[in-house]
Amino acid sequence: MNALKQKDLILYSGLIILGLAAPFLFSAFKVQLTYLCVLIVLAMTWNLQGGEMGYNSFGNILFYGLGMYLTSSVQVGMFFPLAEWTESGGEKTFVHTTAQYFQGIGVGLLVAAIIPTIVAGAIGYAILGLRGHYFAICTLGLGIAAGEIAGGIEIIGAGQGFTTPPFPAEIIDPEARGQFFYFLSFVVLVLAFVFVKYIYGSRFRLILNAIRDNEDKAEAMGIQTMKYKIVGWMCSAFFCGLAGGIMGGLIGYIDSTDVAFDGREMGVFMVLMAILGGKGTLWGPIIGATLFHFLKEGLWTFILGWQYVALGVLIVVIVVYFPEGLMGWLREKYPERFGEVIDEKDRKAQVELK
Amino acid sequence: MDFLIFKAPMLMVQASLDGILLGILFALIAYGMALQWGVMNIINIAQGDLVILGGYIAYTMYLAGIHPAWGVIVSPIIMFFVGWALYKLVINKVVDRDLFISILATFGIAIVFQQLMNFIFGADVVVAQSGYGTTMLFDNSVTLPNSKIFSAVISVLYAIGLVIYMRKSKLGRAIRATAQNARAAKILGVDTEKVYAATFGINAALCGIAGALISITLTLHPYVGLPYTVRSFMIVIVAGLGNLPAVAVSGMGLGLFEEFADYILGTEFRIGAVFMLLVFILVYRRFKLSKKREYLK
Repeated sequence: MNALKQKDLILYSGLIILGLAAPFLFSAFKVQLTYLCVLIVLAMTWNLQGGEMGYNSFGNILFYGLGMYLTSSVQVGMFFPLAEWTESGGEKTFVHTTAQYFQGIGVGLLVAAIIPTIVAGAIGYAILGLRGHYFAICTLGLGIAAGEIAGGIEIIGAGQGFTTPPFPAEIIDPEARGQFFYFLSFVVLVLAFVFVKYIYGSRFRLILNAIRDNEDKAEAMGIQTMKYKIVGWMCSAFFCGLAGGIMGGLIGYIDSTDVAFDGREMGVFMVLMAILGGKGTLWGPIIGATLFHFLKEGLWTFILGWQYVALGVLIVVIVVYFPEGLMGWLREKYPERFGEVIDEKDRKAQVELK
Repeated sequence: MDFLIFKAPMLMVQASLDGILLGILFALIAYGMALQWGVMNIINIAQGDLVILGGYIAYTMYLAGIHPAWGVIVSPIIMFFVGWALYKLVINKVVDRDLFISILATFGIAIVFQQLMNFIFGADVVVAQSGYGTTMLFDNSVTLPNSKIFSAVISVLYAIGLVIYMRKSKLGRAIRATAQNARAAKILGVDTEKVYAATFGINAALCGIAGALISITLTLHPYVGLPYTVRSFMIVIVAGLGNLPAVAVSGMGLGLFEEFADYILGTEFRIGAVFMLLVFILVYRRFKLSKKREYLK
């Protein structure tokens, strides 16, 4: 047991050093690395309620978009009138000083984490009472409705979008912006990993699994399923909000349906990455997200214009042929590595039955 | 209330007529949805994109100089084979699986369809001119495009035809038997695989008819499929599976809701209102159902 822990320690410290060194090693890919961190966070926290709890949500994009709008609105609204900012050209009239920028984004991210969590808690009781596919469709509707409604609200830019505060011009170092956002997302990634890892070792995860496997039985066993379901969703919402806030600052421009409540891209990506890696495992979503990101960045440029077709085909192929994901496949192939004991006779008997 | 619609009663008549005629069209799409849901137990997110594809078939005919109204005959025939092919390629692998898998897989299909339509037909909003003119009612204060009346009539005719077909024909009986109990049907000699393929084909054909009608009454755009999926899903939830009168009534109700939401909230919130209604209906249904199982507590 001790040796295993030591191995883990080496692995984690190696990953952290790699994470810290990455923006200097691959200086040209800082934005891509930031994306990767955000994607991993999204996949990992989607997996909390999609994989562990069995509530497949298409609507976590709601919290992501909400976080994005909140961060930027707070960042602007703290110092300048928001309505004038979002009118065309407002961002040229008002300029954040360096201190204002960082204060704003700090408070903004805090708000972006808290408000979506509260929203998840508030709508949780109504929405999480839905089972299975009704939940999936309902959350899909929520995400799209949010995008459509945000596109009609004047104060956050309506259909023409919202330019987030530009990085302070007083910082001359051209690398600074990329590094700032990378480390911000990396910190969130580490936070999310520690949190999810903690949950994986706790009773909470077992309760979530019980809800996934048979909710009625779990309820009959005396678990207050609704309470845990809501908490599970709130955990996802917290990190989705943070991730959205960072992405808003990084992209520099918020559009209601193409960037913030982007159900067609981000909303599907997080589900797909978790399934690709393997639902209901700690490392699955991380591996899935990394693989997906490399695949996407590697292929996108070669098939320019066809990337959405490729995405659609990829979804179909993954969902139809690999619903267990990479980790599930590995688990079937090498069960010993996952601490499962297989009775050889039993296995052979099953093979014969087929 | 300071809304224009409450001041002018004629606008209300206008919205009601528009809503009912539109709702009949929605009901046709929803009937296809109910059919595949009931028989194959899948939820097809690509439903709306099949509709739009059907519309583009009619639009292509229009571009080629044929009157787009013929689309209501040509489009379902083509779409039947598209549906059949889609079943053979993908859907047959998700039929007996978790509903979520079918949702996600058809979501992927929807993305592919959207993009392909975008490549082939371009990203512009298009409409096929039927040239049917408009009917003026109530002293010219209510305008009713004849194409909308035409589309409602065609929808009703097709729906009646389909109901008779399902009752009388051998395939119709096989489909209904499979919907009741696929295993028992199989034992009694029904080729369920064929039934599934035919069901999906019929569903796609219904989408094709609706699409052809939409191409002359409303507008077409590669990315507007999803609202049609959601509308039909909503109608099916409210009406239940296999209850055609209820489907028709809730379709019209949805049409009315949309037209009134359009006037009251403004056109920019129309789609948002549809999706919010979906959430509202699901949540309402959830509380109603949870009352039923209260004795368990």
